[in-house]
Amino acid sequence: MLALKNLVKTYENGHQAVKGVSVDIKQGEFIVLVGPSGCGKSSILRSIAGLESITGGEIHLNNRRIDNEKPASRDIAMVFQNYALYPHMTVYENLAYGLKNRGIDRDTIESKIEKVAKTLKIADYLERKPAKLSGGQRQRVAMGRAIVRDPQLFLFDEPLSNLDASLRAHMRLEIKKLQRELAVTSVYVTHDQVEAMTLADRIIVLNQGEIEQIGTPAEVYHQPASTFVASFIGSPAMNFHQAEIADGVINFEHQSIFIAEYAHLSAQTIQLGIRPEHAVLEPSKSGLSFSLTVQAVEPLGPNQLVHGLVNDKVFTALTPELHFASKQVLTLHVAKQHLHLFDKNGQRLQALAQEVAQAS
Amino acid sequence: MKKNQWLDHVILIIGALFMIIPIWLIFASSTHNPNTIISDGLQWLPGGNFTSVYTEVWNKSIGFSSDVNAKSMIINSMIMGLGFAIGKIIISMMAAYALVYFRMPFASLWFWLIFVTLLLPLEVRIIPSYEVVASLGMLNSFSGLILPLIASATATFFFRQFFRTIPNELLEAAQLDNAGPIRFFLDILLPLSKTMIAAIFIIMFVVGWNQYLWPIMMTTDESYNTIVMGIKQTLSDISQSSQPRYDHAFALVIFAMLPPILVIIIFQRWFIKGLVETEK
Repeated sequence: MLALKNLVKTYENGHQAVKGVSVDIKQGEFIVLVGPSGCGKSSILRSIAGLESITGGEIHLNNRRIDNEKPASRDIAMVFQNYALYPHMTVYENLAYGLKNRGIDRDTIESKIEKVAKTLKIADYLERKPAKLSGGQRQRVAMGRAIVRDPQLFLFDEPLSNLDASLRAHMRLEIKKLQRELAVTSVYVTHDQVEAMTLADRIIVLNQGEIEQIGTPAEVYHQPASTFVASFIGSPAMNFHQAEIADGVINFEHQSIFIAEYAHLSAQTIQLGIRPEHAVLEPSKSGLSFSLTVQAVEPLGPNQLVHGLVNDKVFTALTPELHFASKQVLTLHVAKQHLHLFDKNGQRLQALAQEVAQAS
Repeated sequence: MKKNQWLDHVILIIGALFMIIPIWLIFASSTHNPNTIISDGLQWLPGGNFTSVYTEVWNKSIGFSSDVNAKSMIINSMIMGLGFAIGKIIISMMAAYALVYFRMPFASLWFWLIFVTLLLPLEVRIIPSYEVVASLGMLNSFSGLILPLIASATATFFFRQFFRTIPNELLEAAQLDNAGPIRFFLDILLPLSKTMIAAIFIIMFVVGWNQYLWPIMMTTDESYNTIVMGIKQTLSDISQSSQPRYDHAFALVIFAMLPPILVIIIFQRWFIKGLVETEK
């Protein structure tokens, strides 16, 4: 449906924002581009929209090459971060403007807007100007402007970042419902990993203009392809500690466990990744155990974050609400299917058997 | 706090009086016999000649060879003022649009070139300007009066700064909405600039209205006299009486002030309304 082929974007100042990104997006899919600022996610989105010219590569939409067409003829609609509503026009005129400029007759425009207004529940303030609307209402109007055109593709450029937290969660759900309902292929850019996890059919994690991983939210969370993905997705971030592996035996903290799935790996120093929520107090039969010296506890309500040291290196664990004194030593256990192994370049070391898949 | 407010009022009232008293003196004196003005100075109270002086000035040609009176001079000034204001707004908006939204080579160099012309006032370049107008055969015409001064660095600068505050996303949204450069200018930029246009209109209308040296240089035909020029002309007329007609000159001053005041009152409302709405 939407295909990016080796997309390259170099800015005039020589900064290479996108370094050859290729991806195939299926009809009706909700794709989220996520990454820290400066990772090139916005550049990719704006290249698809045609707001920026690309330096290399191709963009195909519905088997039609679009990278040389002007934005308006690409059959794409975009929701901007600051909504970009025309301040001097009423909501109705805002929705109608794009249609009017495409030479659609008045009656058709009216019926289309009526329908969209009903879907988005903005019918009551069609005659108001954007300045008289709240943040959430403006957000809806901005989406209405995209929907009313019936495009092939929706682009979202961090559309929720200007809303307060509760409204953001609410609008997130609405966007998701709306996208399911309309079944329009969507590309969504965000730096918020919660948005990425909740909205996406597939997540594309970007780092410095390159794709780190493409996968479903579950894949990205449970089988991060690199230490970058592992630390970016999931909050609080994954803990990384050095360990040794040889013949499937992992040596960590004076302890060795044998994991058959990793027996094929050659002897090397590895990065052992442990998510805070997987370091638990209850002993497991075939897991790794180590002791943590408590430094600080952050209560979150349903549970708490325990920050401490494991062998003089910081470690964060997520535990139930229990009282821990400072300097107290806890024994934490990690089931072996929850261990993530990365080589010294930060790339995931794949387990052979299916056990990892079961974990998800 | 209370004391401060009281003080504020005093300062404002003194300021207002400072501005109004000279105008009142001119108005009151204009309704007196010119002999009274010459012998007794400016008058504080209005005299009895109000209707006769003002109708005479409005309809009768005073001190001119042809049929030039306050009415025809006000029309000339109106053409100058409106021509200046509208022309300058159109030209400078287009220039600013080009500077801000089109990727021209050396765009900022062009801008600064326009900007430094501010350092060169009209009086400095009036001789070469006259040369140009004369060789184009535009002396004694309205186009010769207006066109050579129609480019305005001030207005271009104001519009450029204003356009730069308009979020870029609006341009991008318009691009996706199939609005080309001309549509974007007319449908988005122009309505958003309403308040800016009102402000520039006020300034430029008054600038055009108050031009004195320029029309004196560019026109020799009395039928192109503007009202600002006419005041001086009326004073130097001693053909009918041995004394300068101060009452006529003062009445002309009052006439000359009315249209700019009207423009300011009308456009200020628009201007303030725009400021309060904060549509951007």
